[in-house]
Amino acid sequence: MTDYKNLKLRASSNPHIRNGEDTRGLMLDVIIALMPALLFGVWHFGVRVAISAVVSVASAIFFEWLYRKLLHKPQMIGDLSAAVTGLLLSMVCPPELPVWMLVVGNFFAIFVVKQLYGGLGKNFLNPALAARAALVACYASAMTSWSKVDAATGATPMALLKAGDMEALKAAYPIKDMAIGFISGSAGEVSALMLLIGGVYLIVRKVISWQTPVAYIATVAVVTFLFPRGNDPMTFMLYNVLGGGLFLGAFFMATDYVTSPVTKKGQLIFGLGCGLITVFIRYFGSYPEGVCYSILIMNCCTWIIDKYTKPTRFGVDKKAKKEAAK
Amino acid sequence: MAQAFFGGVHPNDMKAATNEKAIEQLSPPPAQVVIPMSMHFGAPCTPIVSVGDYVKVGQKIGEFKGLGAPIHASVSGKVVAIEPRPYSMGGNMTSVVIENDYQSTVSEEVQAPADPNALTTEEMIEIVKNAGIVGMGGATFPTHVKISGGIGQVTTVIINGAECEPYITGDHRAMLERTEEIIGGASYLVKMFGVDKAIIGVEDNKKNGIDALNKVIAETKAPVIVVPLHCRYPQGGEKQLCQAITGKQVPPGGLPSAIGCAVFNINTTIAIFRAITTGMPVVSKVVTVSGSGVIEPKNVECPIGTPVSCLFDYCGGLKDETFKIIAGGPMMGMAQYTCDIPVAKGTGAMLAFAADEDKTVENPTCIRCGRCVEACPVHLEPLYMYMYEQKGMIEELEAANIMDCMECGACAYICPGRLHLTQTFKTGKQKVKDAAAKRKAAAEAAKAAEAAKK
Repeated sequence: MTDYKNLKLRASSNPHIRNGEDTRGLMLDVIIALMPALLFGVWHFGVRVAISAVVSVASAIFFEWLYRKLLHKPQMIGDLSAAVTGLLLSMVCPPELPVWMLVVGNFFAIFVVKQLYGGLGKNFLNPALAARAALVACYASAMTSWSKVDAATGATPMALLKAGDMEALKAAYPIKDMAIGFISGSAGEVSALMLLIGGVYLIVRKVISWQTPVAYIATVAVVTFLFPRGNDPMTFMLYNVLGGGLFLGAFFMATDYVTSPVTKKGQLIFGLGCGLITVFIRYFGSYPEGVCYSILIMNCCTWIIDKYTKPTRFGVDKKAKKEAAK
Repeated sequence: MAQAFFGGVHPNDMKAATNEKAIEQLSPPPAQVVIPMSMHFGAPCTPIVSVGDYVKVGQKIGEFKGLGAPIHASVSGKVVAIEPRPYSMGGNMTSVVIENDYQSTVSEEVQAPADPNALTTEEMIEIVKNAGIVGMGGATFPTHVKISGGIGQVTTVIINGAECEPYITGDHRAMLERTEEIIGGASYLVKMFGVDKAIIGVEDNKKNGIDALNKVIAETKAPVIVVPLHCRYPQGGEKQLCQAITGKQVPPGGLPSAIGCAVFNINTTIAIFRAITTGMPVVSKVVTVSGSGVIEPKNVECPIGTPVSCLFDYCGGLKDETFKIIAGGPMMGMAQYTCDIPVAKGTGAMLAFAADEDKTVENPTCIRCGRCVEACPVHLEPLYMYMYEQKGMIEELEAANIMDCMECGACAYICPGRLHLTQTFKTGKQKVKDAAAKRKAAAEAAKAAEAAKK
């Protein structure tokens, strides 16, 4: 009989097997899903977009490394979360933005928004969007100068939509161009189609759930259809859905695990809230676009949504509980 | 129509290694068996034999007191030691060590009833009690207590053939090879509870098992039906199985009898059949020996108390890279620090891992992805429980219903951040219990002080 004393045995708690999917794999999937939209941006706006993306990703990773080095914390750049932040930031900024501004933005995203709150999983704002908001505040003109704008009107689709000039909008940016992305806008936001492909990839791979993006886009669609500017609700709705940063926001920003609710029900509420605030900003705000701020505002509500969407305790009948409370 | 419960995960079932291999008898039989006096839920048994005694197969060697079940000799031979030995629940346990004389002499205590079908319910329960039958799926709750406590309340008798833990195939093989015994045992349970039928829940990855059971049910016209279940872990959890089959949820802290259910494992059902028809108590166990560390995985039937090293030897030995030995399944089994442990009544599998099953990382980090919330079969929010435990927030931990956690491991399995969730909840539950004990002691002290004043 063998005694097997030669084995070095580990006695740890159950479970003894783990699913193959880890944080790094999830982040890698997000990066893959962003590629179609990024490549479209490179094709549409030029190689400048690719350079911005590379610099942005590199600086995000560098700041993540630097912060943790300075504070003697374990290095975690391998989880790729900083790379995702850098990539997203470059995609929500104008294609012609000076790259040093992107570096500043990444410093803010990683140092202030993410690491000062404890690093991955602890920040309450989406780092890329918070950095974008900060850049708008710091470099307002650079953050609002767009290339590839319509020659006749000199305005972006969102500016025309804001003005409510539907005829000029239809002439300058046909609906087909809006869907495919032959319009002016942020480096990675212009192509709704490419973002949709990436978003569907993430849903199919079960990286994100459908609740947030569907609730978000549907809310925008329904509200703009019911309260259109002009006499063509369908067209007004389509421009609102396809224009601006809605698809990138709905599929890639509002679904950020760290800053959105953990339950499916909570995610539906989160998407609904994002949609309403987006439309309100577009209708009543001074900015033509509201996706960035709507998500940041909802980020701040995440904890309270989580609190009120807890799953019902197993074995407790919901109806019976309510009746008992009465 | 296949049914399921809410939550859960889908681990790779890894059953292909052994699900087509018939149950084999361990040969040669072990030279020595080490029978721990605790193989059931409840206080350990007291040995009723002494060193030097000659014992026979089926002879009672440990008597229980209170909640428990007796323990019997699994081989014939001489008792050579009664001393603490390592066992699968961790640490040491008083064990009766018997030197096998290889005669397999059956004890006179083992008497088959003259007519098993003429027995009354009380007589059958007495037989089950004397046979030392416990929940053989691993929970090891004394079966006679479950039956006598459930009579009158129970309207649905469920036989648990889910076998949702990866690797384990003992129940599946039993469905194919011991079909009559399962149906027979289920029929006796129907009789004892006075219900009209028993329901066998089987996950639909065991199609041929379902067919085999249905065939025997049709032939014998037994009061038993088979319900196919979607494959999902932890389907075989008692409360999850009740939910999948009846659609009802067991209240927190309650037993299945609260919703009129009683659940029995396939092996338990077979043990009931054997005890009632032959009088033979629980003296052997089918163990699935599998995992990447085992040279030749097999389903092996061996006497209770067989050192697991004998099982590994029988299966071609272990690879040198083996880093983990698990008694039970990979989701809920216990990792062992030695191979010097014996097979107990609840040991359904012995696994050895030598590949990268243990995907630990240096800095487990929660990214709030919510997968744990989705996976939890008892509707908890593991990520928040983890946070409270880490920060020592015991009151919040209790308010988050941590005591409902059944430590199934689904959350930790699915966690992409590789948090040690299940482990944290085990310690967290203890902290909640400690805090409650402290509160109680403080209240009593205050009361005593109050009384002293008067």
